[in-house]
Amino acid sequence: MEALPEQITLAHGAGGKQTSALIHQIFERHFKNSLLTADDAAVLPRPGHQIAMSTDGFVVSPAFFPGGNIGELSICGTVNDLSCMGAKPLYLTCSFIIEEGLEVSKLDRIAASMAETAEKAGAVLVAGDTKVVGKGQADQVFITTTGVGEIVSQNPLSGAKAAPGDAVLVTGDVGRHGCAVLLSRDEYGIDAHVESDCAPLWKPVSAALKAAPDLHVIRDATRGGVGTVLYEIAHQSHVGIRLHSDAIPVDPSVAGVCGMLGLEPLYLACEGRMVMIVPKEEAGAIIDALSVFPDTQGICQIGEVTAEEPERVIMETEIGTQTYLPEPGTELLPRIC
Amino acid sequence: MKQNHQMSAPLRRAIDFLKTYDGPEVRIMEVCGTHTHEIFKQGIRQLLSPKITLISGPGCPVCVTPAGYIDRAVALALDHGVTVCTFGDLMRVPGTEMSLSMARGRGGDVRVVYAPEDAEKLAAEHPEKPFAFLSVGFETTTPSSCLAVDHAIRDGLDNFTLLTANKTMPAAYEAMKNSTDLFLYPGHVHAITGLADVKKMQQEGVSGVVAGFTAGELITALAIAVKKYGEGVPFYVNAYPRVVTDEGSPEAKQLVAKYMEPCDAWWRGIGMLPDSGMRLKKAYARFDAAERYALPEGNGKDNPGCHCGDVLQGRCRPEDCPLFGTVCTPVHPTGACMVSSEGACSAYYLYGGEK
Ligand code: SF4
Repeated sequence: MEALPEQITLAHGAGGKQTSALIHQIFERHFKNSLLTADDAAVLPRPGHQIAMSTDGFVVSPAFFPGGNIGELSICGTVNDLSCMGAKPLYLTCSFIIEEGLEVSKLDRIAASMAETAEKAGAVLVAGDTKVVGKGQADQVFITTTGVGEIVSQNPLSGAKAAPGDAVLVTGDVGRHGCAVLLSRDEYGIDAHVESDCAPLWKPVSAALKAAPDLHVIRDATRGGVGTVLYEIAHQSHVGIRLHSDAIPVDPSVAGVCGMLGLEPLYLACEGRMVMIVPKEEAGAIIDALSVFPDTQGICQIGEVTAEEPERVIMETEIGTQTYLPEPGTELLPRIC
Repeated sequence: MKQNHQMSAPLRRAIDFLKTYDGPEVRIMEVCGTHTHEIFKQGIRQLLSPKITLISGPGCPVCVTPAGYIDRAVALALDHGVTVCTFGDLMRVPGTEMSLSMARGRGGDVRVVYAPEDAEKLAAEHPEKPFAFLSVGFETTTPSSCLAVDHAIRDGLDNFTLLTANKTMPAAYEAMKNSTDLFLYPGHVHAITGLADVKKMQQEGVSGVVAGFTAGELITALAIAVKKYGEGVPFYVNAYPRVVTDEGSPEAKQLVAKYMEPCDAWWRGIGMLPDSGMRLKKAYARFDAAERYALPEGNGKDNPGCHCGDVLQGRCRPEDCPLFGTVCTPVHPTGACMVSSEGACSAYYLYGGEK
């Protein structure tokens, strides 16, 4: 078999010997399982219940950031989207668009962390595709993942099910992924170390479904962060949400960076945080169940759902006043002085 | 759930005082946009008795930058092929014809940077291209523009310029002193300039308190201001001694004095204020984009429906502007006060005004 050179070339996408060398030596090696074959499509055992399916493209720049990389992210994103629907992730496919010149060692690290993350979530990678594009036509590597999961929750979850009196929980500190990526772009000259919260959350979610069978909403707070998710839920369920600013967990470094740049941590992306909305009586059980998982040990209640002021998110400040959380959608521009 | 447990006893007393204040009516202008933003974000107006009114002043560098300045920056990018480096806030400020983000859409090379030195670094890395940094801001940011020029000289650059619209706060105090009973002075500015300007205001009979930026610092400063106001004698208090000293920062002042000199300046919505601007000295004209590219003077045209001038001078509230929240929103700003997160209109819009 062809040995791999140090860098990807256009020939690795041409379908010949070098393509198969890449597939064997990187993807098959890392993704090995009985369902992943050399045939044109994977043949899969049918799950017993309803299936959920989700797909997402990942184009993060830089591809490697403190606490993770694009490969890990591409698995977490899809696995967590399925988890939010109460679906146990089963099968994943992935499609790579690789820029000519990418170091093979980087691709190897990306594939290795994808395999590891999928395993952590209990899912397998069953099929994939590789395209190589010319220099400048992509930024190192873009990955699209698609996932199929089996709905295991008794009760369908939905953003439209939040009800007045429900508790609003978040599974850990907010804004870390967005902040880590901003800092690793190195445009700011800020000397702070922040690691992404990137994590696959099926196991904690499944524990939550057991602990609180009447769970109403689960959403992962990716692009747009927790603030955007809360507004989406407030609109979908036509309810108000009241937050307590001193209960919102923010890592001190994230808070420091946001202070300097004039950003709101509630609007920075998370890649390993869920917002959960649950009947008040079940909040304690979920908090107990999720506190034992390393990725969700920071779970806490940050507010509650209200009947007043539907479709608005109200912040109770530490000095006892009430303000509205700004509506998402306005660009986050660093401030001038 | 935790709630207000950490509030200290003095802070609680200050809040009680402000809530129950029943002395003579008092209007307080926060000159600085960062104060405005924080006051809204923290809901501080809800803590004030009806006898206390806060007015948002003109102290947001983006809000007072005239359309004509944006026009010159657009011309640099589109007509002179200069790479224009700017703070993000300026990107969407409307010029007469277009904003900088529109200029970028038309092929201009406009880049967002986070410090003037970043623009200088870019110029050093690309000696083949001309660069201009849009130097706007008050005393807090002017020193870093001067530092960028200092570095350009050190690095022997001939491709780096500033397009200056730097302004100084005392001119705003002078212009606004009849619109308010007292000032909440911006702590960041006085960390650089020291207390001479606020002493001078006191001698002219104008009172004020230098304030920090956290909720606690703002509340403390307001309580001091209201209490002293009741005594009826002009005063100044430095309520931010952690950061602000009598003399300020001599290094920063020296740096500015080396490269810049005062000039008259046009404030969007307010007009010409004598000696309220800073420009590069003649000896450094080669770093002055307006000189080097012979950019025409002119203040440009604002949207005629816009009430920014009245808002900036505390003569009306953002909601009183007919464009507020309908035609003019943070996503499609008509006036500069809606663009910057420090603008009064943006603060009212984002935080829902007086809740
Ligand atoms: S709402 Fe817009 S147009 Fe009206 S004063 Fe404010 S910024 Fe100017």
